Amino acid sequence: MTAATNATTAAKADSGGLKRRIVPIVSYGILFLLAAMFLYPFLYAVLTSFKPLPIIAADPSKLLSPEWTADAYRQLRGIGVTRWAFNSAFIAVTVTLVTVAFASLAGFALARIRFSGSRVLLNGIIGTMMVPGIVLLIPMFLVLKVLGLVDTYGGLILPKLVTAYGIFLMTQFFKSVPVELEEAARIDGASIFQTYYRIVLPLAQAALIALTIATFQGSWNEFQHPLIVITVNQDLYTLPLGLALLRGNMGQNLQWNVLMAASMLTTLPMALIFLFLQRYFIQGVSYGGVKE
Amino acid sequence: MASGIKQQERQNTIAGWGFMVPALVIFAIFVVLPIIFSVVVSFTNWNGISPPSQADFVGLENYKRVLIQSGITQTDFYTALKNTTYFALFVVPAQTILALVMAVVINQQRLRFKQFFRVSYYFPSITSSIAISLLFMLMYQKDGVINNFLSTITFGLWPPVPWLNDPRGLFHIILGGLGITVQTVPSFMTTVTIGGVTLWNWISGPAVSLLAIIIMNTWTTIGTMMLIFVAALQDVPLQVYEAAAIDGATAWQAFRKITLPLLRPTTFFVVTLGLIGTFQVFDQVYVMSSGGPAKTTLTIAYLVYREGFRNTAMGIGAAIAIVLFFIIFAVTMAQRRITEGKPEE
Repeated sequence: MTAATNATTAAKADSGGLKRRIVPIVSYGILFLLAAMFLYPFLYAVLTSFKPLPIIAADPSKLLSPEWTADAYRQLRGIGVTRWAFNSAFIAVTVTLVTVAFASLAGFALARIRFSGSRVLLNGIIGTMMVPGIVLLIPMFLVLKVLGLVDTYGGLILPKLVTAYGIFLMTQFFKSVPVELEEAARIDGASIFQTYYRIVLPLAQAALIALTIATFQGSWNEFQHPLIVITVNQDLYTLPLGLALLRGNMGQNLQWNVLMAASMLTTLPMALIFLFLQRYFIQGVSYGGVKE
Repeated sequence: MASGIKQQERQNTIAGWGFMVPALVIFAIFVVLPIIFSVVVSFTNWNGISPPSQADFVGLENYKRVLIQSGITQTDFYTALKNTTYFALFVVPAQTILALVMAVVINQQRLRFKQFFRVSYYFPSITSSIAISLLFMLMYQKDGVINNFLSTITFGLWPPVPWLNDPRGLFHIILGGLGITVQTVPSFMTTVTIGGVTLWNWISGPAVSLLAIIIMNTWTTIGTMMLIFVAALQDVPLQVYEAAAIDGATAWQAFRKITLPLLRPTTFFVVTLGLIGTFQVFDQVYVMSSGGPAKTTLTIAYLVYREGFRNTAMGIGAAIAIVLFFIIFAVTMAQRRITEGKPEE
C-alpha cells in the first residue's frame, strides 16, 4: 500500500520534473523568437544601408552582403540630411522644454490653486482630448495661413507648445502630491510661485521626466504637422518629412540603401535615448494607462 | 478676517490665471480656434490657396457630396470607410489580445531576461512611423524578407505575394477558394450598391495590400499596449493568486477568473486607444501606398488629406474629417457599452 503510493508519487514527481524542464525551454524559445521578430528588421535595415544598391536589388531577402559600402551615407549628406537632423533636434528640444514648463505651470494651477473658473478650464481642456488629431489638420492649416506661419519655424513649433495631454498628466500628478509641505512653505511666507518652483516641482520629477520623454518622442517622430506646415521651403524639412518626400521623389526607382540609411539615422537618436532611459519610457506608458 | 479671506481669494484667482496664461494663449489659438474652424470650413468651398475670407458659404453641400450624392467623392468616402473599418477590426483585436498574452507571460515572477524582452518588444513603438514604413516596404517586396520567411516556415508552400501591389480582398480570396467568385455570385451582389460600393466589394475583407499595413501596424503598437497591461498587472496583489492557488485553481482558471476581470478597465483603455489610432491611420498609407492599388488602402484620414491638400477641396476634406469625428465618437461609445455591459462572471 505504502509502497504503491510511494511509487505513484515518485512517478508523478518524475513526470513533473520532465515537464518542469521542457515547459521553460519551450516558453523561453517562444519569447526569444518574438524578440527576434521585433529586432531582426532593425538589424536588417542597418546592414542594408551599408550594401551596394545592385546587391539589394538582386536579392533583398539576404541579410548579409559580399561587399559593404558607406555610399548611402555619403549621398545623404548631399541631399541635406544634416539640415533635417538639425531642424528635428531644434524643434524637438524647443517644443519639449516649453511644453513641460507650460504644462507644469498650468497643471499646478489646476490641481493646487483654488481659483474661480479652474474647474471649467480643466473640463474644457480634457474635452478637447476627444477631438481626433486628423480633424484639426485642415483648420490648423487655415489658422497658420491666416497668421502667416506657413513655411516658418514658428508654424512648426508654436502649435505644438501645449498639449491637453500634458496639462492633464501634470494636473493628475500634482493632485497626488501631499499638500502638507506646500502649506508649511506658504505659512513660512513663500509666494505661490516659490512653492511651485522650490517645493512641488522637485517632487514631480518622475512625472516631468515622463512628460519630457513623451513630448520629445512625439515631436521627433511627428510627420503630419510638418507635412502641412511646409509647402515649399525645403530648408525647414524635418527628418520624417524629408524621409517621406525623399521616397516620393525617387518614384519607382527606390534607392533602398539610401532610404534605409536615412531611416536608421532617424531612428538612432531615439534608440539611444531609449536604451539609456528605458525605465522612464516604461513609467511614462504606465502613467497614461493607470491615470486614465 | 472676512476681507482677509476675500483678499486671499483674489490673490488665488490672479495667481491661478497667471499660471495658466502661457498655456491658455497657445491652446486658444492652436486648439480651440482650429476646433471651431473645423466645422466652419466644412460649410465652405475654400480651396486652401486663396485667402479663406474669399471662400463661399455652401451650406451642407460638402456633406451631401460626401455622404449622399452619387459620384466619385461619395464612392471614395465609402471605400475609405470600408477600408478603415476592416483595418480597425483586424488591428485592434490582434494587438489587444497579443499584447495581453505577452504582458501576462512577461510579468511572471520568476522569468529571466525580463528587461530584455520588454525592451525588444517595445522598441518598434519608439521609432518614426515613416522609417518603419520604408523598412517594411522593402521587406514586403515580392522577393523580400517577409515572403522569404513565410516560404521557409511553410517548407516552400507559401507562394510569394506582391504584398503592397496586391489589391485582392482577403475574403474574396477565401470565397474564391470555395468556388464563389464575382462571376458565380448572385447578380444582386454586383448590382446593388451602398454608397457607390457594390455589396460584393463591401464584403471583400481587407485587401492584401491593406493586410500588409495591418500586420505592420500591429507589430509596431503591440509593445505600447503590452506595457500598459504590464503596468496594470503589477497593481494586482500577489496574494490574490496565492489564495487561488491554495484553493486549487489552475493557471488558466486564475487567468480567466482573476486576471481578466481585474484588467477590464485597462482593456477598455487599450481598445479605445486602438480604435482612435486605427481610425486615423495616415502616415503609413502616405508613404507606402498613397491609397493604392485600386484604392484598397485608401483610408479616411488619408482621404481628408488628399481632398484638402492635393485636390484643393478643403471644404470636402473638412466635412470628411467631421464625419470621421462622429464615427470615432460613436465607435468608442459603443465599445464602452459593450465592455461595461458584459455581465460579471
